[in-house]
Amino acid sequence: MGEKNIRILMAKPGLDGHDRGIKVVSRALRDAGMEVIYMGLHQTPEQIVEAAIQEDVDALGLSILSGAHIILFPKIMELLKENRVDIIVFAGGIIPDEDVPALKNINIAEIFGPGTNTEDIVKFVKEKVAK
Amino acid sequence: MAEPDIEVLTTQLLKGDRRAAAKLITIVENDPDAVKRVISRIYKNTGKAQIVGITGPPGSGKSTLINQLASYLRQKGRTVGIIAVDASSPFGGGAFLGDRIRMKDITTDKGIFIRSMATRGCKGGIARATGDAIKILDALGYDIILVETAGAGEAEVDIMNASHTTIVITVPGLGDDIQANKAGMMEIADLFVVNKADREGADIVVYEIESMFRFTDKRGWKPPVLKTAVIEAIGISELAERIDEHFNYLKENDLIGERLKRRVEMEIANIAKEVMVRELEEIRKSEAYKKLIEEIIEKKTDPHSAADEIMMMVKARYIEK
Repeated sequence: MGEKNIRILMAKPGLDGHDRGIKVVSRALRDAGMEVIYMGLHQTPEQIVEAAIQEDVDALGLSILSGAHIILFPKIMELLKENRVDIIVFAGGIIPDEDVPALKNINIAEIFGPGTNTEDIVKFVKEKVAK
Repeated sequence: MAEPDIEVLTTQLLKGDRRAAAKLITIVENDPDAVKRVISRIYKNTGKAQIVGITGPPGSGKSTLINQLASYLRQKGRTVGIIAVDASSPFGGGAFLGDRIRMKDITTDKGIFIRSMATRGCKGGIARATGDAIKILDALGYDIILVETAGAGEAEVDIMNASHTTIVITVPGLGDDIQANKAGMMEIADLFVVNKADREGADIVVYEIESMFRFTDKRGWKPPVLKTAVIEAIGISELAERIDEHFNYLKENDLIGERLKRRVEMEIANIAKEVMVRELEEIRKSEAYKKLIEEIIEKKTDPHSAADEIMMMVKARYIEK
């Protein structure tokens, strides 16, 4: 007790139906002692940001494999800012290397592509939230 | 968290600020020393909401039922707070809170507030902070608060003391009539829901539950047994009506006060117990405690006399605070 449990929201924005990756990562975060609020598939930016407010999470993980990250991620980041939600946002899925700088530019802290070790993601979240 | 923050947040909460509600729930979950400062500021503004507990085994449809019920209540113009509890791991302490997946229809409605919560070691189906989270949503001004317990079996009955109306949800195919006679969860229901009623065996389950009440001569409220198929939203309007019917029954028979008294009685005992345990855990880390252990081993004192001394230390620590 006393030590704050990390709460983290995991969501898939947009229309792709590939949720294996996000489930594996969610499970790894759970096993690392975090409270993972799993929103599942087909979430709009509005739904994700509203959930981040209500759940008062420390971090938000986004998974996307449809290619729509270039549209949806900026929209989510904008809405977070508009609602004064200041949390760590990271992403994963199929995101081309050439898109990464633009996404980091809008304050997405890290992009985890296929083959990432889940331990690296756990470590990343723990370090970022501790700051 | 600093005192002024709590003051600001509680003031915002009472003005209906949802973000303040979210932050305050985090505080009551994480900081046992701050809980008192939060609740004492808002307690006068609680007691207006109708509180409905929903419990049942994993996969019985609790979250989906809440999704449908909340949508229905919104159509009737009522605002809805939802607290969805899932279990924490007994090993790593982590939790997978997946109730929102079933509540997609209602997640952007400003008249609905959903909070997921992990049990954090509590065994009764709800968390230590669930009661305080209910108070926060009550003070925020929501008309009705739906509390979903972690998937529960027979013994997780704490929800009974947190709510006005307790709904026990079950499904066909879990067992025979022996299950209906088991003590515990089957006794706490004000309303039974047999969900997935489009499946084979639903009528038998209804019959088994109804039979159980033939043996009890309970004048007063006899828990109705409803059939629903929540994915298709079948039976939801009747369920909503029966929830209100039960609430009105409590009001008309002056039972609201009685339930409140029962809840408060449990609550203060639990809080006092927590405070004592917390102080005790601190004392266990102290040099004085280690010294007592040595003294017992050397037979200078005995465990019971030492425990008396420890209780005096608990008292002294608390007074000091």
